[in-house]
Amino acid sequence: MANYTLQINNKNYRVDVEEDTPLLWVLRDNLGLVGTKYGCGIAQCGACTVHLNGIAVRSCVLPVSAIGTKKITTIEGLSANGEHPVQKAWSELDVPQCGYCQAGQMMTAAAFLSKNPKPSFEQIEEAMNGNICRCGTYHRIREAVALAATKRK
Amino acid sequence: MAGGGFLLSFRWTDALAAPLPESAAGEVSFNSYLSISPDNVITILSPNPEVGQNIKTSFPMIVAEELDADWKNVKVVQANLDTQKFNRQATAGSGAMQHSWDRLRKAGATARLMLMEAAAKRWNVSSATLTTENGFVWHKESGRKLNYGALATEAATVAVPTEVKFKEKKDYKLIGKPIHNVDNAEMIMGKPLYGLDVYRDGMLLAMIERPPFGTKIKSADVTAAKAMPGIVDVVVFKDKVAVLGKSTWQVTKARKLLKVEYEPDGAVESTTDHDRLMKQLLDKQDVKPSRKDGDVDAIFKTAAKVITREYQAPFLSHACMEPMNFFAHVRSDGVELIGPAQLPEDTRKNVAKLLGVELEKVTLEMTRMGGGFGRRQRSDYSMEAAELSSLLKAPVKVMWTREDDMRGGQYRPAMRYRFQAALDAEGNWIGYRMRGVGVNSGNSTRPDHFPAGAVPNFLVDSVDHKSPVTTSPWRAPSENFLGFAEQSFFDEIATAANRDPIEYRLSYLDKAQKTPVGAVKYDIDRMKGVIELVAEKSGWGKNKKVFQGFSAYFSHGSYIAQVAEIEMQNGNPVLRKMVAAVDCGVVVNLSGAYQQVKGGIIDGLGHALYGEVTLKEGVPDQKNFDTYRLIRMKEIPDVEVYFVDSAINPTGLGEPALPPAAAALANAFFKATGKRLYNQPFSKEEAMKGVNLGQSS
Ligand code: FES
Ligand code: FES
Repeated sequence: MANYTLQINNKNYRVDVEEDTPLLWVLRDNLGLVGTKYGCGIAQCGACTVHLNGIAVRSCVLPVSAIGTKKITTIEGLSANGEHPVQKAWSELDVPQCGYCQAGQMMTAAAFLSKNPKPSFEQIEEAMNGNICRCGTYHRIREAVALAATKRK
Repeated sequence: MAGGGFLLSFRWTDALAAPLPESAAGEVSFNSYLSISPDNVITILSPNPEVGQNIKTSFPMIVAEELDADWKNVKVVQANLDTQKFNRQATAGSGAMQHSWDRLRKAGATARLMLMEAAAKRWNVSSATLTTENGFVWHKESGRKLNYGALATEAATVAVPTEVKFKEKKDYKLIGKPIHNVDNAEMIMGKPLYGLDVYRDGMLLAMIERPPFGTKIKSADVTAAKAMPGIVDVVVFKDKVAVLGKSTWQVTKARKLLKVEYEPDGAVESTTDHDRLMKQLLDKQDVKPSRKDGDVDAIFKTAAKVITREYQAPFLSHACMEPMNFFAHVRSDGVELIGPAQLPEDTRKNVAKLLGVELEKVTLEMTRMGGGFGRRQRSDYSMEAAELSSLLKAPVKVMWTREDDMRGGQYRPAMRYRFQAALDAEGNWIGYRMRGVGVNSGNSTRPDHFPAGAVPNFLVDSVDHKSPVTTSPWRAPSENFLGFAEQSFFDEIATAANRDPIEYRLSYLDKAQKTPVGAVKYDIDRMKGVIELVAEKSGWGKNKKVFQGFSAYFSHGSYIAQVAEIEMQNGNPVLRKMVAAVDCGVVVNLSGAYQQVKGGIIDGLGHALYGEVTLKEGVPDQKNFDTYRLIRMKEIPDVEVYFVDSAINPTGLGEPALPPAAAALANAFFKATGKRLYNQPFSKEEAMKGVNLGQSS
């Protein structure tokens, strides 16, 4: 066990966990930030996507010891009240079906749009292809990413 | 080996599953579904388990419609399991709408009359002079109005009317509109809604090692696992080994140190055994037909042409995005269950029976589910949680990893079909024979499906192989593959008869209508309706540059026809588009309905293309999404959906779009390449070698 100070959603958290613990389980088990989801544990589905210094990463394979002082953003910290352009677009297009994959989808989309604010259709597909939606909401996700791009200031 | 009475004092953070909102002050209840507070909050309980079929939004819409409520003032609350108040709190067979349509309408309509009655008394006018609109009772003559909240307390004392008239379709304000998912706001914020999000003080996390199919534990050495940090106990029960601890990661690591050996306890089967067995069963003699018209043997002897084709499907994982999990707290005074369950009533019964407690002592709170697809109709995982909680005398959440889900779980049964058609010299379809076999598939046929009624000599039967491999309903049970097989076969018959598949199908539906043989249990006009609509919307046969494939299927009370469109790009067939025409009666929620059909088609295509679980000596080869491939965004075609404008009572929509999808694709693939697809997953078929159906990459 070791102590870590994590900067998550602009707050500092202290945790005492084993150093190989994936960030996903620190968020869920230790910090009650359960919006980040488990789907596969092997970086295949994207359900656990969070931002590390603004870059989308798979928290299920990211050991807590590798984070250091990097800033973490989870779905709970994407915006205070759901007003991030991605969240607004998701809600406007009624994207979620079961909803389980959607936090990961939105985190992937948000990180992607901050790098590529005016993406093409193909670029959206490329960026979102790593996130599985078992319910098959892909059409709406694609559309929502495009819509979110128009909402960014 | 079970631990007894640990005193567990560590605390989880406050990440509790969303509690039921407190009822508004002074809220009065009108019926099981509806209560209204004086400050005009209309609370509608949604009793059925939500797996993503959008029932939590659609059900309350119906109550609100008949109530004439303002949707903005409606608060939807997921009900717990309550067999006193509700009937059929189940997610199965796309049957919720068909079952509850009248009940929900009545809940809204009676309350509306009661509110009007209360207003009539208050204003001392006849209730016949009153109208309702958007959450108000109006007395138009005098220009007076009151919102429902202001009338609720008095209205609740009015006798519940026994006769109500439901609204006509033309007067609907909510039904048929694209009303958004009531959980959107919480979902986009990452709020705890799912079973896996349940954490309670003192709760232990459990992961379980389960035996390969057909085996039992020979020996289990748990010492090393038990000595790991954070591990509270390791328990051997029912040929399973559970590791219980305080954190997911500690349990994950400890579990790897278990040394468990298994020995046979019945048939230890491999996929090669099932392949062989299913072929043998296709030739089994003296099987009792499930439907028989005319004289099949005689007609096949004299036919000018006989077509015989076989189709095979593998086991599939349900692969719900949220793996199986359940929370149980067994106390001396009662049992608390929380989690994802498609059949919560069964879950409660099974747990009560397992623990030997009275049914009334078991409460069940339903969480939103990260997919179900039939998997969560089983109570195996909830019973595990209950058993462990009872053994450890602590609250327990059982969590299955993705690997557990894929290897120790339930599967769509493997199936094989043989179809035979007899044609006369003019290409008339005069005989039909079909057998379905499967591994734990039960009756894998639908004997009253088309061409029942249309082909005079008809025989359908099925044979089942009983296996220790656990299977369960998988989205559109049996039909998920039957739809493909049957609709592909019909395409071959039309081709053999040198006829256009749509024109050929319509002509036989006509025959079934005019000169039916035996009972016809599908509505021929509705079937024709969707076929004609899909032909029109897809521009069937008009664009000579694209290759179209057709299928049409009836299931769960709904009719769906589909056309797949393939374009050749540099010699490679690319699936461009799917067009679907749907008749599910009244469309309740247009937004949800579109997504059910689109999602069903994507699911049908994805699993037909890639889905497969194979077994070696009772152990599945596929463990996770690296080897069990699900369809991804780059691989999806465009999907267009058209609904028949209908006033018929609504029928199922969660499942019916899936069965015909793969057939439309395969039939288009044949037009484009001249090659037929018979076995799933298609990606393994010879004909698909080097083919990339996706649009990009
Ligand atoms: S849970 Fe991390 S990618 Fe699937
Ligand atoms: S919405 Fe269910 S997995 Fe994406």
